Amino acid sequence: MLIELKDVNKTYNNGQPLHVLKGINLSIDKGEFVSIMGASGSGKSTLLNILGILDNYDTGEYYIDGKLIKGLTEKQAASYRNSMIGFIFQSFNLIGFKTAVENVELPLFYQGVSRSKRHQMAMEFLDRLGLADWAGHYPNEMSGGQKQRVAIARALITNPKIILADEPTGALDSKTSEEVMQLLGRLNREDGVTIIVVTHESGVANCTDKIVHIKDGIIGRIEDNREHRSSMFGASTIMK
Amino acid sequence: MKDLFTEIWESIRRNKLRTCLTGFAVSWGIFMLIVLLGAGNGLMNAFMRGGDGIATNTIKVYPGRTSKPYDGLKEGRRIELDDRDVNLTAGKLFSQYVDDVVATVGANAQVSYGTKYVSGYIEGNYPSRKDIDRIEVTFGRFINNKDITDSRKVVVLPASMAENLLGGTGTKNTGAQMGSIHLGSEGDGKKVDPADLLGKYVKINGFAWQVVGITKSDMTRNDNLFYAPYTTVKTVYAKGKAIDDLAFTFHGLETEKDNEAFEKEYRAALNLSHRAAPDDERAIWLWNRFTQNLQMNKGTRILSIALWIIGLFTLLGGIVGVSNIMLITVKERTHEFGIRKAIGASPWSITKLIMAESVCITAVFGYIGMFLGMLACELLDKTVGQSSVSIMDEQVAMLVNPSVGLDVAIEATLVLIIAGSIAGFFPARKASMVRPIEALRAE
Repeated sequence: MLIELKDVNKTYNNGQPLHVLKGINLSIDKGEFVSIMGASGSGKSTLLNILGILDNYDTGEYYIDGKLIKGLTEKQAASYRNSMIGFIFQSFNLIGFKTAVENVELPLFYQGVSRSKRHQMAMEFLDRLGLADWAGHYPNEMSGGQKQRVAIARALITNPKIILADEPTGALDSKTSEEVMQLLGRLNREDGVTIIVVTHESGVANCTDKIVHIKDGIIGRIEDNREHRSSMFGASTIMK
Repeated sequence: MKDLFTEIWESIRRNKLRTCLTGFAVSWGIFMLIVLLGAGNGLMNAFMRGGDGIATNTIKVYPGRTSKPYDGLKEGRRIELDDRDVNLTAGKLFSQYVDDVVATVGANAQVSYGTKYVSGYIEGNYPSRKDIDRIEVTFGRFINNKDITDSRKVVVLPASMAENLLGGTGTKNTGAQMGSIHLGSEGDGKKVDPADLLGKYVKINGFAWQVVGITKSDMTRNDNLFYAPYTTVKTVYAKGKAIDDLAFTFHGLETEKDNEAFEKEYRAALNLSHRAAPDDERAIWLWNRFTQNLQMNKGTRILSIALWIIGLFTLLGGIVGVSNIMLITVKERTHEFGIRKAIGASPWSITKLIMAESVCITAVFGYIGMFLGMLACELLDKTVGQSSVSIMDEQVAMLVNPSVGLDVAIEATLVLIIAGSIAGFFPARKASMVRPIEALRAE
């Protein structure tokens, strides 16, 4: 198993203690394309933060590729995030004063890859995502779909074990959303990238092969969706 | 390294105005520091120059008046130095410390050459006076031993005097003026070379004296004083045993305490030979260049520390400004730092980014300030540094070479780097401590 969560609990102590995750058990294998679905307040964002080592959990165990992720220093966490996880955010989170190619280069910069090497690699990835012509443009000169593709390139460039996508289509129109989801699906099928998508949209979840339903901090149904029939609006459409 | 600078440049470029405003405060601080230290140095140099010409381990002895009754004699008696004092000083009693003893004897004299004449003071001297007073001979030579033994009628004139005698405009008696030393270009406007007078004979006291040397005259020396052999002056002016003053070099007195003890002993011996109270401090005056130097060094050190403190406090204002700006920068960039952390930036890399930016701003603007400060010092040198004021008939330079050395430049650089680091440290720590999820949520 690439990812294993064993009885993970998380409580926020902001005034009133809030038990957000109540014993999460979840295994995700290499090469899977999974979505975690739940309403707002279900704990799916907290789960994503823990999966992405952006937040820590109180009890339980979390393994990535057999490595226990617990009680890490900021430095170790940063290094694990850098080498094992690629993030795709709802609001793209590109750095505004850097060009597309510079944004894509950034994870490699933190790995200490030389200037020319990382530029070359970043150009390669942008080319793969059809953005080679946009390499020198700043994020505010690009459309939402293009920005998200730049973000995907940035997530992919370190060849991470997991891609974590937090509402990747949340800021996109339905057509672009579909393109982005198809792109993720293709990356999963063709390159065997493990992808976890967190969403509250059933249409988006339907694009994935496995849907994990989370409700009130507990994992409910785990749906096998290789047929992509889960959407109430029919297969391969995204609800908007 | 290049990446770091690119990042810093990108950040600064986005905030040109506020970076410049903050930077100005730093520039101003360093500018003030440099100008203060430069002017301070100029002032100290001007002080030092008065005594610059004298070897540091010398004591000069001048006659005074007694201030205490002693041995049946009333106070207020004038003491006159004479040959006995020279012998006493050079004798066995103090041979442990005293090296060279020279006496001077002099008289007012009028020097004439052709139709020109200048009045001045002829001072009979020994050759070693040149080293003790560090008299700079620019042409010809100083008095030598042969002049002494043969009682030759030779003189060494200061350049300004020679110029006057040659009919040019000397630097004498023109008050505060721009300090061309060799030649004046005003007055009758004649340009003369003082060296022309070498080997010529001038008339003093009815006798012909040969000019054998020209000394450098500067703003701080008495321009009317000129030199002749001790023996000659003594004979020509019939001085008998009396002398004007005496000076001697010494060795082996390293501390102020040693010097004081020696002075006390020496004073007692000299006083007694003039029938004055051994502890009478006014019967003869001792001017100890060595202890004076020690005290002056102490004074300059205190002055320089005071200037540093004033400068650093001025700089502090700039540093606080930089720290403030960095705090704002960190606040504005929190979201960006969240992104960076999410994709693998270590806390240290964030800290480094902010600190480096702070040091860069401080250093760049600091250097601008330092450069302008040095320019200002140059300007000071070209204006105030070239003028002198006349105090009690003596030309005193106000500022001499007001500039800061390489050491101060290096120290100031260190101060800038340290200051920049301190200014950046707290904002940087704040940036690196913020947790990525919170940072990502920030807008």
